[in-house]
Amino acid sequence: MAELVSEAAPETVDPANWTCPAPLRDQPVVVMGHGGGGALSAELIEQVFAPAYGNPTLARMGDSAVLDLGGARLAFSTDSHVVRPLFFPGGSLGDLAVNGTVNDLAMSGARPAHLSAAFVLEEGVELRVVDRVARAMGAAAEAAGVTVVTGDTKVVEAGHGDGVYVTTAGVGLVPEGVDIRPQRARPGDAVIVSGPIGLHGVAIMSVREGLEFGVEVTSDTAPLADLVAAMLAVTPDIHVLRDPTRGGLAASLNEIARASGTGVRLNERAIPVPDAVVNACGFLGLDPLYVANEGRLVAFVPPTEADAVLAAMRAHPQGGGATLIGECVADHPGMVVVATGLGGTRVVDLPLGEQLPRIC
Amino acid sequence: MKYIDEFNDPGLARRLLDEIRATVTRPWALMEVCGGQTHSIIRHGIDQLLPEEVELIHGPGCPVCVTPLEVIDKALEIASRPEVIFCSFGDMLRVPGTDRDLFRVKGEGGDVRVVYSPLDALQLARHHPDRQVVFFAIGFETTAPANAMAVHQARRLGLDNFSLLVSHVRVPPAIEAIMTAPACRVQGFLAAGHVCSVMGISEYPELAERHRVPIVVTGFEPLDILEGVRRAVHQLERGEHRVENAYPRAVREAGNPAALRMLEEVFEVADRSWRGIGRIPASGWRLTDAFRAYDAEHRFDVTGIRTEEPAVCRAGEVLQGLIKPTECSAFGTTCTPRTPLGATMVSSEGACAAYYLYRRMNGQNSQGAPAPRGAGIPQEEMNSVG
Repeated sequence: MAELVSEAAPETVDPANWTCPAPLRDQPVVVMGHGGGGALSAELIEQVFAPAYGNPTLARMGDSAVLDLGGARLAFSTDSHVVRPLFFPGGSLGDLAVNGTVNDLAMSGARPAHLSAAFVLEEGVELRVVDRVARAMGAAAEAAGVTVVTGDTKVVEAGHGDGVYVTTAGVGLVPEGVDIRPQRARPGDAVIVSGPIGLHGVAIMSVREGLEFGVEVTSDTAPLADLVAAMLAVTPDIHVLRDPTRGGLAASLNEIARASGTGVRLNERAIPVPDAVVNACGFLGLDPLYVANEGRLVAFVPPTEADAVLAAMRAHPQGGGATLIGECVADHPGMVVVATGLGGTRVVDLPLGEQLPRIC
Repeated sequence: MKYIDEFNDPGLARRLLDEIRATVTRPWALMEVCGGQTHSIIRHGIDQLLPEEVELIHGPGCPVCVTPLEVIDKALEIASRPEVIFCSFGDMLRVPGTDRDLFRVKGEGGDVRVVYSPLDALQLARHHPDRQVVFFAIGFETTAPANAMAVHQARRLGLDNFSLLVSHVRVPPAIEAIMTAPACRVQGFLAAGHVCSVMGISEYPELAERHRVPIVVTGFEPLDILEGVRRAVHQLERGEHRVENAYPRAVREAGNPAALRMLEEVFEVADRSWRGIGRIPASGWRLTDAFRAYDAEHRFDVTGIRTEEPAVCRAGEVLQGLIKPTECSAFGTTCTPRTPLGATMVSSEGACAAYYLYRRMNGQNSQGAPAPRGAGIPQEEMNSVG
């Protein structure tokens, strides 16, 4: 054991040689949690990527960057997609590759227009598998109203990849008068989720781990740009949109709370969690709030607009299950608190890395 | 969902809370033994709903938290070996050893896999005859029978590439240790329902009688826990100290005879260290001589690894309700959820982690204030980018 010092001696800080004392979780190597969408992912960005090429646009930490380019407001986003298995109930890697980037663009209020697709293929993968992924991407692009206009292919030696990786980037245009970003959350905002949560994560677990939950759970993967357009048609003054993918609703809400310096208070009984997700999470010791979604959004809207936005969402195929789940508050800035069904409260913190099944 | 929603009914919960409130006339300190119960209490905010006279002390019943540093270090050593597939329940992967955790070993190339059952690990041993498959057998009496079954099956199938790293612990000796500790504050116990579903309740009447404490076998859903509290308070108010089964839908007096037979054949009682508490006589299990060949400690020759807990950590006293986390000199300085020294800071539901989160939630000066429990691992405030 290293000798422990119970009281740190005051130090003289040399500004010229000062480095951030926050440890990178004391990890000298990449661990799976760095890709989990939680605190480890955030630390990787803040301590490795931001110092290397940080800039004010990156610092906004939106799902996509909004750029003023040639007189247009361009939304730009990229997303890598790795999933095992490649095909799962309700979707495939191809669906995720398109919908993931389309939704990241939509979360800034943009109308997605064009995507790129870069494949990293492992030597030995059957071409019919690649063909299935590509066809799924084509169908998903058509459904989302975007075109895949450029791409790239690389092949790595057998054993140096996991079959097929796809990276997509996308661009779209943000309408005038729309300013959607996590920093705009305000106390009093209504917090709305577009439908039942946790379905994608449980669908993947059910096939990956060979677990049966009584009924087949299908992924919720879907493009959300059209739903966002329907919401913006009601009011351009939507403050924040986020698609709660890795890390689930908990990670998205924590990111918004921290970025805006506000708190979030949720009503647990209002959060729509399908029975199959409740059962699977109960069995595995997971919390549905941390489970990934691929076709849901969470919105912060001014209280005066909440009813109209909810009605518009419920009238749309992708928002039929839209629900008011809580509000943005001035208390406990940077933190998410849930009012439990029994009337108590609990803090829902940013996950560290990936959620782990509990033994106890 | 049938049989779950019914035990999470707010109306019934209010009635139980009203009855507890009407019964209690003075302060009582109850300990819920099991980490699963602690999780449920935090998840549903139950401790905030109880009358202030009823204090719940979170017991040492999380097998992940109380696994000794020494055993974690042995796991890390074994999992680092190229011939090994190291299988574990998920939440053990992030428990820190002396200088790293199983996630780090995995990141450095170790073959570490999350499984949901020791029988999954057994399957891996069948499918990988050229590799050594080791299962990290942690837990209380609840998980021990399945682990015993796995070893039993391995011997029956002639699988000599399967072994267990055993760190099993038993509840009754822990209750004994808590009750005999100086200045013990615990006046009643909510015993762990799942443990009793295996072991039955025959070990408890003697404990209840000798220490004059009510012991109520309790389940895990919100209403189960409130019913356990209600019965314990009722006994305390009447000066009684009996064993009661408030979880009859899962617990029979004699337990599960088949599981008990399996345990008796494969494991024998041994002294055991608990992280944050120390050595408790007869509080663990080890493989019997007949199954010693399946003991990973011997197979991989790591019996010599000896690691001491940091002396500054007072988790043991926190676990027994003797001090508040904020009274420990390491709290919030050398000991945080990111760099935990002891069991109560390792677990996201541990008392120290809950206090740490509460301090963050309410500014930096909540010394001694009652902490609402919080789920999730508290994180340091992050610097903004740019």
